[in-house]
Amino acid sequence: MSEKALILRNLRVQYLDGMESLRGITLDVEPHAINVFFGPAGGGKSTILRTINRLIDLDDIKQMEGELLFHGKNLLDADVDVTELRRKIGVVFSRPIPLPLTIYQNVSFGLEAAGEKDKKKMDQQVEKALKQATLWDEVYDRLNEPANTLSGGQQQRMCLARVMALEPEIIMLDEPTSALDPISTAKIEQFMQDTKEKYTFILVPNNVSQAARMADTAAFFLQGELIEYGVGKSIFVTPKDKRTQDYVEGRFG
Amino acid sequence: MKIKSEAIITRGIKIAGFSSIIFLLLIFAFLMKEGTPALAEVPVGELFNSRWYPIEKYFGILPLIGGSLMVTFFSILIALPFGVGTAVYIAEIAPQGIKQLLKPVIEILAGIPSVVLGFIGIQVLVPFTRRFLDLPTGLTAFSGSILLALISIPTIVSIAEDALYAVPRSYREAAIALGASKWETILGVTLPAARTGVLTAVMLGIGRSLGETMAVMMVTGNAPVIPNQWMSFFLPIRTMTATIASEMGEVASGSTHYHVLFFIGIILFVLSLIINVTASWVSFRKRTREQLVS
Amino acid sequence: MGFNLVRLIALLTVLPILGIVAYIIIQGAGSLSLEFLTQVPTNGMRSGGIFPAIVGTFYLTIGTALFAVPLGVAAGIYISEYAKDTLWTRLIRIAIISLAGVPSVVYGLFGLGLFVIFLRFGTSILAASLTLSIMTLPVIISTTEEALRTVPARFRIVGRSLGATQWQTIRKIILPQALPGIVTGVILGLERAAGETAPILFTGAAFFLPRLPSSILSATMALPYHIFVISTQVPGMPVQIQYGTVVVLLIYALGMNLIATLIRNKARKNRQW
Repeated sequence: MSEKALILRNLRVQYLDGMESLRGITLDVEPHAINVFFGPAGGGKSTILRTINRLIDLDDIKQMEGELLFHGKNLLDADVDVTELRRKIGVVFSRPIPLPLTIYQNVSFGLEAAGEKDKKKMDQQVEKALKQATLWDEVYDRLNEPANTLSGGQQQRMCLARVMALEPEIIMLDEPTSALDPISTAKIEQFMQDTKEKYTFILVPNNVSQAARMADTAAFFLQGELIEYGVGKSIFVTPKDKRTQDYVEGRFG
Repeated sequence: MKIKSEAIITRGIKIAGFSSIIFLLLIFAFLMKEGTPALAEVPVGELFNSRWYPIEKYFGILPLIGGSLMVTFFSILIALPFGVGTAVYIAEIAPQGIKQLLKPVIEILAGIPSVVLGFIGIQVLVPFTRRFLDLPTGLTAFSGSILLALISIPTIVSIAEDALYAVPRSYREAAIALGASKWETILGVTLPAARTGVLTAVMLGIGRSLGETMAVMMVTGNAPVIPNQWMSFFLPIRTMTATIASEMGEVASGSTHYHVLFFIGIILFVLSLIINVTASWVSFRKRTREQLVS
Repeated sequence: MGFNLVRLIALLTVLPILGIVAYIIIQGAGSLSLEFLTQVPTNGMRSGGIFPAIVGTFYLTIGTALFAVPLGVAAGIYISEYAKDTLWTRLIRIAIISLAGVPSVVYGLFGLGLFVIFLRFGTSILAASLTLSIMTLPVIISTTEEALRTVPARFRIVGRSLGATQWQTIRKIILPQALPGIVTGVILGLERAAGETAPILFTGAAFFLPRLPSSILSATMALPYHIFVISTQVPGMPVQIQYGTVVVLLIYALGMNLIATLIRNKARKNRQW
């Protein structure tokens, strides 16, 4: 049994307005795999992602309990260095959010914030990240143009590159292809398959078919609870819980 | 290293944030420090009677308060229809091209220093008033009110304009769908819906007028007489602000006159505080009520 | 019918404004000459130029900026980016609104009591600038807060998610985007400060000082105060000089207004969101 990328044990999160967002989630995130978290809206998937990299600190949460173990350390502890954490666990959002800077500055942003001063080293890392995101060929000659001149698909790949420049261990993607056309969607899905030896992915998919296409492991969430978890694509073919089956077969969602 | 300098910066920003409270308290403290001795040195009855003649130790401030109230009242009487009317025109009726010409003009008015308006008042308004209304002098409360109206109009226009824009389009569309004409809609639906904003605009206009110094000082004649009849509007009067501005330069620091001037400052401070805080509370309450409803 | 009434009202509001500006320029433009702008006054202010007044107003503007801008922008950053919704924050907002409503002559009294007398700065550029800067604070704080607020929240989230601290995110992303709005607000605030008379009446303004101020502890001439005195207290004051001085102040104030508007419009066009 290899070391898990992340271990969640009885994770509970409650927002200030009383809505209980996560009710005792226990699951493992497999390293170097695409871990899919799927389910209808409001299931808590985005909340888990926000909790994992502590972006949830920016919200009004009432309490967080449980264990979120990363290399043996509980990420919910108060003494966690959240800025360092966010470099190790990156996130791509559902809409591409280019910063109001140039393409180069977008990709190098995290590096600069981390204190990288060596311009040559930064150039190399930016190039490497853009190549991994299969965007380099399209932008290498216009790195100093504003990022918002790129198309939607290009912007999302840039957002990926932005995260990868920091060489994270885990990359979380929250419905990353919802604003993209099928070709760009395919590019991003291909990228994940090609690079999973390097990274661990947590993917919240756009729909069940994407979930079924991509999953190495799959977890089904409903209203803040983990209903079912399966390795491989088994959960889509032979779901154990009726609710999972109903969702997978499209009876609600 | 980086964490340390960031902590210092954050601390500095926080202190800056609280600076407004500190300064407000400081202003209050210094006004009290130099103003409250007036209560000890001048019997309250004398302070609030109607003779202001400091040279002979008459410190009755009623005429000054009366003067301020009179010019302010009439200035709002003039500024309100012009200000709200212009706001209605800009927000509801004016075509885009005219709007783009009108708004800068209002902004220009807002940018004219009050001493410049006072100057024009002296050069143009005062002689005109004297001749046209056949008065002994053109330095009157009337002239002061006109200038104050000009000064408060930009405030009233901009706030009333915002209030009108904030009225949801659905209100207007519903009225028109029920057969109302555009003008009937404005009068019967849009304006009433915007009444809180208009009220706020008026209050802030009042605050502005009450606190204005130079323009009134230059055209109201500086006669500290209680305006106790309507005719007083066409006679010289004195406002609180003008009194402080014109007499402070001649008083000995620490004298009774000095303390009384600061005392008037306290009154002005408290009045403007009440007006401005009330105005913002009114608009804040409207906003929260809106959020609850929608 | 109502339309025409309102149209008329708007016209009647606008005409006097344009009329006043036009009248001033017509009457005063004739006095504008190089000598007028660069010479010192002579003959008890009745002839010569107004150079010390122009310079004095300029110094006061700079002095106000030096104190009010760092403090005001920092305070605006605090309210917009750091302050949580607590009682203290509400008190700060009330304080800002209150400060904005304090009459200018009361600021003058405050400046007299604190800076001139208590801190013993005397009637000086220093005292007057400090007084004007506190008066200008509310405008700068409010416009800074507003400018920051218009920058979309998603940029902050992205910045933090890439491992930047709050201040890094503000400094590298949010503040640069808000800068045009902040600069516009600062210029408008300084424009108002430059045109104010009451706050400098007892804190720094002098009339008969026909040479340049020697240090920040000396008093200074200033355009608004100069206008006030020459139009009300100097017998035999040539009217052309009065109008000329007014034109200069008007150009100073409206010029700043124009610059601020240009910056605001250019920023709106170049916005990357």
